[in-house]
Amino acid sequence: MNELRDVSSLSERYDIVVVGAGPAGLAAATTSSELGASTLVLDENAGPGGQIYRAVTSTPVSAREILGEDYWRGAELATAFRASSSSYARGATVWSVGPALDESGCSEALEIGVSLGGSARLIQAREVILATGALERPFPIPGWTLPGVMTAGAAQIALKSSGLVPDGRVVVAGCGPLLYLLTEQLRAAGANIVALIETTPRTNWAQALRQFPDFVRSPYLTKGLKLLWGARRHLRIVSGATGLQASGDGRMTEVTFRLRGKEERLACDLLLLHQGVAPNINLSNATGCVHDWDDGQLAWIPRVDEWFLSTVPGVSIAGDGAGIAGAESAPLRGRIAAIAAATRLGLIGADERDRRATPVRAELSRALRGRLFLDALYQPAKEFRIPTEENVTVCRCEEVTAGQIRETVALGVVGPNQMKSFLRCGMGPCQGRLCGLTVTEMIAEARGVSPQEVGYYRLRPPVKPVTLAELAALPKTEAAMRAVVR
Amino acid sequence: MFRRLHDVEGKRVTFTVDGRSATARAGDTVSAALLANGVEVCRTTPVSGAPRAPYCMMGVCFECLVTIDGNGNRQGCLIAIEEGMLVETQKGARAVAVDGRAGAGA
Amino acid sequence: MSTTRPDLIVIGGGIHGCSTALHCALRGLKVLLLEKDYVGRHSSGVNAGGVRQLARDVAEIPLSVYAMEFWHRIGELVDDDCGFTCDGQVLVAETQDEFKSFRSRVQELNGLGYRHEELIDAAELRRLVPAVAETCPGGIVSRRDGAADPFRTTQAFRRKAEKLGARVLEGVIVTDVTREGSTWTVRTSAGPFEAPMIVNAAGAWADRIAAMLGEPVPLEVIAPMLMITARVPAFIRPVVILRGRKLSFKQFANGTVLIGGGHLGRPVRDQNVTVLDWVNLAESAKTVWDVFPAMRATTILRAWAGIEARMPDDIPVFGKSSTADGAFHQFGFSAHGFQLGPGAGAVMAELVATGSTNMPIEAFRIERFRMEGAKNAGGAKESARQVLEG
Repeated sequence: MNELRDVSSLSERYDIVVVGAGPAGLAAATTSSELGASTLVLDENAGPGGQIYRAVTSTPVSAREILGEDYWRGAELATAFRASSSSYARGATVWSVGPALDESGCSEALEIGVSLGGSARLIQAREVILATGALERPFPIPGWTLPGVMTAGAAQIALKSSGLVPDGRVVVAGCGPLLYLLTEQLRAAGANIVALIETTPRTNWAQALRQFPDFVRSPYLTKGLKLLWGARRHLRIVSGATGLQASGDGRMTEVTFRLRGKEERLACDLLLLHQGVAPNINLSNATGCVHDWDDGQLAWIPRVDEWFLSTVPGVSIAGDGAGIAGAESAPLRGRIAAIAAATRLGLIGADERDRRATPVRAELSRALRGRLFLDALYQPAKEFRIPTEENVTVCRCEEVTAGQIRETVALGVVGPNQMKSFLRCGMGPCQGRLCGLTVTEMIAEARGVSPQEVGYYRLRPPVKPVTLAELAALPKTEAAMRAVVR
Repeated sequence: MFRRLHDVEGKRVTFTVDGRSATARAGDTVSAALLANGVEVCRTTPVSGAPRAPYCMMGVCFECLVTIDGNGNRQGCLIAIEEGMLVETQKGARAVAVDGRAGAGA
Repeated sequence: MSTTRPDLIVIGGGIHGCSTALHCALRGLKVLLLEKDYVGRHSSGVNAGGVRQLARDVAEIPLSVYAMEFWHRIGELVDDDCGFTCDGQVLVAETQDEFKSFRSRVQELNGLGYRHEELIDAAELRRLVPAVAETCPGGIVSRRDGAADPFRTTQAFRRKAEKLGARVLEGVIVTDVTREGSTWTVRTSAGPFEAPMIVNAAGAWADRIAAMLGEPVPLEVIAPMLMITARVPAFIRPVVILRGRKLSFKQFANGTVLIGGGHLGRPVRDQNVTVLDWVNLAESAKTVWDVFPAMRATTILRAWAGIEARMPDDIPVFGKSSTADGAFHQFGFSAHGFQLGPGAGAVMAELVATGSTNMPIEAFRIERFRMEGAKNAGGAKESARQVLEG
């Protein structure tokens, strides 16, 4: 692996650029460079591993049992990547992927806008694999914007990357497998977890049981049982809570919920929220890839073929960014996408492509077993996806409330893009990452139509802010200098 | 809000927060360094002045915006803390002074 | 919904189509507006929102001055203030040579009887725009100019037109236009519609309608780009434009700053898609860097582009068809049609209802492209257009 530390050391052009150094990206890049493609991995973070294997090569947490065995599997992926001939730039933010432009219009190559070390640059690639993974679903409850409220993932990052443990009383709330994993990790690290408030609707079990036979054959069964058992032995679990609220003056000091008709208040210092993850689609959306609403995952999923090629030529999407499927399936999807990209580049033929992909697909279908069960079981409750109280902040960046959104729908606004004439919802720096899913579902419910029909924000680059200074100093590529039209 | 695991090693880094001296561990992000130093509020919003703190720690929520070495609106959770860094919490919108120098707040 | 035939079919639901629909409805005409996507989907909905008399081609000034009267009473016209704010627009001279040319310009306009453009010296420039670079020697101010929300404005015109009885159909694309006797048949993806009169306000697709009428025009499809920044404390009130280097610069009440000016991306008009040209956006950024040093630490949050029609002489096609009765054109506003919209619709309604208008529109006649030189230019533009559409 060839590490590049500043923007001027990036080549003008690569065969394959991989965005994201999580499990899918690492595996994709390892495979693509094996197959002879000149490969570059661009990742925002300080080291490889993405979110699930964050800091796997640098974590200060030495006691293996705190983070669990699964975590260390990420080290294997990082090792294989390090041994490959791929190039890698850490701390690099990709803010644009689109067709490269030349004198005659749009060329076949793709152009990537990237910032590294305070400078921006445009580079080209023949193929791009987006492996930007997932983000935690928004959890719009009253008070969720107060200091003292974070996501479960945030606490996990603080632990993995910096060995930081919450100091004081912690309440963990929500649903989904990560909630239990994190609770275990924090507990093992010495955190004082006052309660785990479960918001999984009881009715989910009926749905999930339909997928149960598949779950029984999956690797998640024993893992899940171990986590559940570990969790229940040590802490107070509140199941079926509703009306969850955080409150405090200037920072969160209390969590309130209703259980079997009774209101209960818990004084605490840190509230960790989590109700599952959704694909991080900002880059794929801004690149022009088509996305479809998935009712099982309650999220937008990019439309990809069996090789993970999106609707935009040359752009593939691997890992959780192509639909939530977990850490084990991510590298498998990455490999398949890379095999196909190498084929399109003419580096291998169709026969070799199929020969290489077949065993990976078999492994992938094994890794996917049980996902539908988990999706169904852990579908977040409607009250936490579509807030009923008018004053709940939906768009954190621009402080737009649920009530304001419903008012504009009543004015006849049919989708999130039209809403921008009336509200700044979705127009802040996060570009809808924390409000988009909520807004789509709120409008769908208010209009009585499907989320698919309502649609999502039409995103444009830059998908991460670029400073005026960086843009003003953008170097002209050689291709641009040759082009007469510009 | 956060404390360090007792067996964590690592090179110490000294920096300032709003002019006050603080220490962190090499490898911390700016946001982690602030949390480790008990800084619970890293900015107030440009819309209403509401206090905010990092929410996701992975570069998605944009709550962790702070001014670093004079440059505003930086995502603290994506930037490694460095020796001598000047970190400032942000009040409201990132200030623009008419004479060209950046100010601390509106 | 009435089953009687409309008096007029308007093709295109941008600001011009909607304005014409409204003004015709005000005159008691039954209007049917056909829009292939949704009202305000393209240029009209995503432009910089500049409401500007400043720096216009002399041929456009009468129409622009007329339109400005509507802007200052926009709430009465469409029951919505459209987000219109009036802090003036300032054209900044970067060099002494530019300033000299501005002086001549203002003299020329004054000679023609127009007073909306005032020459200002460095001191007045700095008073109006304190943040502008100190090296700028002066400029021109048009004090009654301002800005509005383009999508909201377009929708407001549509809503008012509908309130007055106009019918708007979205998702309907026109495939053919033919005339038999005194009736136009407009064939569409939703079936045929008939009316004695039609207005071609189809924006970047208007050349196709014109071709159906046997009067092809050298329309170029362009994709002017814009960028918006993070919120910045208030530091500038008027809209600022540059001519030498392309820039338009506007800070909203919420603190965000919109940077435009006409740098071009690439349109792919039949896919409703634009491709951003980052090298050209970098030019915009460099211009802001030079002219507004205080913005250097700003972050760009989003960039986009609209699909717009440009004519070779940068002025619109407006007036009667040259080949058939009962057909009118209202397109090709070349990236500066938004401000004209509220007035242009009134003039078009007058033309449609009475057959003539006192507004001087000779310069905009479609016949000007039938001349020899223009025909050659048209051919070149045609092949360029084909290449752009790839």
